[in-house]
Amino acid sequence: MKTLDARGLSCPEPVIMIRKAMTSKENVYEMLVDNQTSRENVTRYAEHQGYKVTVTENGEEYLLTMKK
Amino acid sequence: MDTRKEKTMIMIGGLVIGVIAALLVFFGNPANMGFCIACFLRDTAGALGLHRAGAVQYIRPEIIGLVLGSFIMAVSKKEFAAKGGSSPLTRFILGFFAMIGCLMFLGCPFRMILRLAGGDLNALLGLAGFVLGILCGVFFLNKGYSLKRSYRQPVVEGAVLPVIQVVLLGLLVAAPAFIFFSEEGAGPGAKHAAVAISLIAGLIVGAIAQRTRLCMVGGIRDVVLFRETKLLFGFIAIFASALVSNLVLTAVTEGTYFTAAFAGQPVAHTDGLWNLLGMLLVGFACVLLGGCPLRQLILSGEGNSDSAVAVLGLIAGAAFAHNFGLASSGEGPTMNGKIAVVIGIIVVAVIASVNTFKKDKA
Repeated sequence: MKTLDARGLSCPEPVIMIRKAMTSKENVYEMLVDNQTSRENVTRYAEHQGYKVTVTENGEEYLLTMKK
Repeated sequence: MDTRKEKTMIMIGGLVIGVIAALLVFFGNPANMGFCIACFLRDTAGALGLHRAGAVQYIRPEIIGLVLGSFIMAVSKKEFAAKGGSSPLTRFILGFFAMIGCLMFLGCPFRMILRLAGGDLNALLGLAGFVLGILCGVFFLNKGYSLKRSYRQPVVEGAVLPVIQVVLLGLLVAAPAFIFFSEEGAGPGAKHAAVAISLIAGLIVGAIAQRTRLCMVGGIRDVVLFRETKLLFGFIAIFASALVSNLVLTAVTEGTYFTAAFAGQPVAHTDGLWNLLGMLLVGFACVLLGGCPLRQLILSGEGNSDSAVAVLGLIAGAAFAHNFGLASSGEGPTMNGKIAVVIGIIVVAVIASVNTFKKDKA
């Protein structure tokens, strides 16, 4: 599994990135983001797609783990 | 926070903002202009002497409040983060032409909603153009458009625009001779609520917009891109609440806050084609910027210096618009303004193409 790096990308690019990645229909995805808005937006999108999202905070970065 | 709670929050936020916008007109702002980021940045540019259109010169406390409200909220929620370096000059140009589009239509996307809520049917054509512009931007986003990453900056860099707002507040209150203020009866610049009211209104709306991520462009963009309706709810809540507030104010005061018509609308013109094309340019440029002019102010308050550069672009656009006769008036658009909007659409399309199809090797 590859961790997608969406740090520093502005809204809505992180969501477009995860949407594109999710076309491969894997069961687990990981994404790094560095702001609260991206965290919320990616989480919302992943949940709509039926994934369960857990967040690991590391200073100003968030690692989002999305599992089916 | 779960999705439902987010939607409830943005709807409540939108309802509060709609009431505040209507009340600002009651307290003295120009009609259908409780808030207008484009008009207010333009007025502030005029007050600083960057243009000399006597009708539109005033340091608008709402702008100061929006940035500082976002700043205070971001700091208190530990979301303030100085970031920048994502194609700043390109963002300046996008901000510049977004303003050219706004001043063709006579309002930013926020005021477009408020104009609709005041019965100004010309704003329907603006809305149509806005949606078309957003669709153009979404096309490029789907093809991989990006202004590349931003990076961590020193804290001072993120605090510059908020500090400038404090300086502007000082200039507004001290009113030294080198600051221009529209004279009584000169035009929209002379119409304003009391400083404290405008400032508090700005602070509240800035704080709400920071928490809810409210964005007029994002509302329509996210529905098209992801079938995501959260931000659109904010957009609709502002419209509904401002509409009801306008109807109530019309019923209980001597003023008229709602008239459904095309002709005779305040600070507006009836040229449908150019209302549409002006807002098309705004929608297109703002999708490429990642948010509407309001959102750029809010992000600036959170420490985003790229958005601060976009705000400077908006201000420069406003100054150019009035120095070179590009801005429309109640009589309609100008020939120079039409040429500028066409150039703007071309420039924005080129920026979109270059940042979508030209792949860097990095």
